[in-house]
Amino acid sequence: MPETLLEVRGLRKRFGALRALDGVDVTVRPGSFHGLIGPNGSGKSTLLKAIAGAHLPDAGSIAFAGRDITRTLPYERARLGLCLKFQITAVMTELSVYDNVLLAQQSGERLPTLLRSRTRRLADREVMRALERFRLAHRADELAGGLSHGEQQWLEIAMALAPKPRLLLLDEPTGGMSLEERRATGELLQGIRASFALVIVEHDLDFIKNICDHLTVLDQGRVLDDGTVAEIERSPRVQEVYVSRI
Amino acid sequence: MSRATPTGTASAVPAFRVVVARRRVPVLLLIELLVALVLLVVPFALAERIELITLMTNVLILSMLAISFDLCWGYSGIMSFGQAFFFGVSGYVVALVGRDLAFSQIWGTLPLAMLIGLVLALLFALFLLLGRRTPTPIFVALGTLTGSYAAERLVSGWRYVGAGNGLSSVKLLQAGSYEFVEGVPFYLLVLGLLAVVYLGARVLVRSQFGLVLAGLRQNEDRLAFFGYHVQLFKAAVFAVAGAIAGLSGALYAYHQGFIGPGNMGPALSTIVVIYALLGGAGTLVGPVLGTAFIEILSYWLADIDVIKPVWPIVLGLVLLLVVTFQPSGLLGMLVSTRERIGSYGRRGRA
Repeated sequence: MPETLLEVRGLRKRFGALRALDGVDVTVRPGSFHGLIGPNGSGKSTLLKAIAGAHLPDAGSIAFAGRDITRTLPYERARLGLCLKFQITAVMTELSVYDNVLLAQQSGERLPTLLRSRTRRLADREVMRALERFRLAHRADELAGGLSHGEQQWLEIAMALAPKPRLLLLDEPTGGMSLEERRATGELLQGIRASFALVIVEHDLDFIKNICDHLTVLDQGRVLDDGTVAEIERSPRVQEVYVSRI
Repeated sequence: MSRATPTGTASAVPAFRVVVARRRVPVLLLIELLVALVLLVVPFALAERIELITLMTNVLILSMLAISFDLCWGYSGIMSFGQAFFFGVSGYVVALVGRDLAFSQIWGTLPLAMLIGLVLALLFALFLLLGRRTPTPIFVALGTLTGSYAAERLVSGWRYVGAGNGLSSVKLLQAGSYEFVEGVPFYLLVLGLLAVVYLGARVLVRSQFGLVLAGLRQNEDRLAFFGYHVQLFKAAVFAVAGAIAGLSGALYAYHQGFIGPGNMGPALSTIVVIYALLGGAGTLVGPVLGTAFIEILSYWLADIDVIKPVWPIVLGLVLLLVVTFQPSGLLGMLVSTRERIGSYGRRGRA
């Protein structure tokens, strides 16, 4: 297994006059839970989207599992094992909860296989296991649009995990959730952490400290500091610039 | 974990539909069976009225074209104004093969027509769908419309293909030494082919492939982040739809004994859109009903001199009313969105 799963070097991205990313370096190791924190507008979501391919950077490079993916299309990155859950929930509201996960689960299948529906039955156990893990099995046949906001967030995480990514990118997965739902989300992610690496953007510092083993702090598109949770908590630069502003 | 009340829209739908939903009556399936029954009865009930058999044969052929559009728009979000192009080119080719090669055997010309529709659609897809940037529906609509219009203008001035007069006296379709003239045998042939096309399309949209189409209709961008090459799926559907349009174009040329520039231009492409939207896009059977509704009404009203000149205006108004007040078409009044989209998983129940 390579020492580095994701390597971002000197990433720059401008939106007009705004420097959203200004030479960002991030390294993620296999199996690591890596948190991206920082004030609003610091570039966290832009970085996550650039890694997933939603934004093409102006400069810099992104390597995933030893392969340069800087200009690779999003669907090709996903096939390599990168999966992004957007900040705004984007479940298919007119499909059942079950079909949402099946849709994500079968994404690795070839077109002729899908035409012949050859893996529909085989996928059933995996789909139900994913729904059970996220406490949605009893609502499998309901429309996804009928789920509460928190449940939709869980469904989308279940969908993002269904293709068995090597790196999961979560953009504010607990946004709009109650305290209880946040706690449960943390437990769910902890329970399956052995199977993938995670890069997560989250404003809830307690949540992120509980589940992450590594943090990168961004400010105005630059990396302010990078290290373990304990190192970041002790960092005077972070305390000065980040904590005082939150 | 707090549980919110499911935010379904049961209160917004008519009371009769709620009752239907509770009983889980497969309304769409019942409509499909009813339509199939009516179409099977037609040749026996109207055997003495050859002009009505001819009308109904025409309805079936155009229904095939409407289904090809439904696969594009109703299931894949491709606004194609080019279905008449595939229809017309295939019609011209079988007419020319009959005229210049004296060949019109069913086993050769109909597959040829499908192949032409398929290849042309793939070429369109290569330019319109498979570029590096995700094409917008407007881009695809204008691209296909332009193709359709250019083809119509081209054949209008090309003497080899009859220029503005088109090609008439198309050689009759043959199966061995048997010749299909308009009437019950031709009707049954087209009905059989329509059944094959319909069932094939139904299998396609209900398969795991169809689940991808259902997903891309709702959130195309999201699918790319799961690893789906969305445009490839669209191109595949577009090609299949092209083949179906090609088949219907060949049948039309054989049935009418004529193919002309008007059979491949924007006017026909547009009326196909009306067939599908009026009947209910994304249902397969809706476009068949829409085609029957418009064609039968047009037939009846064609003899009324007062209505004849304003009929295109009436059709335009019908489309406006449907798009504004009933975007899910006539079937949308009977079939719920849940049933129309259906379920794909083993556990799912529509």
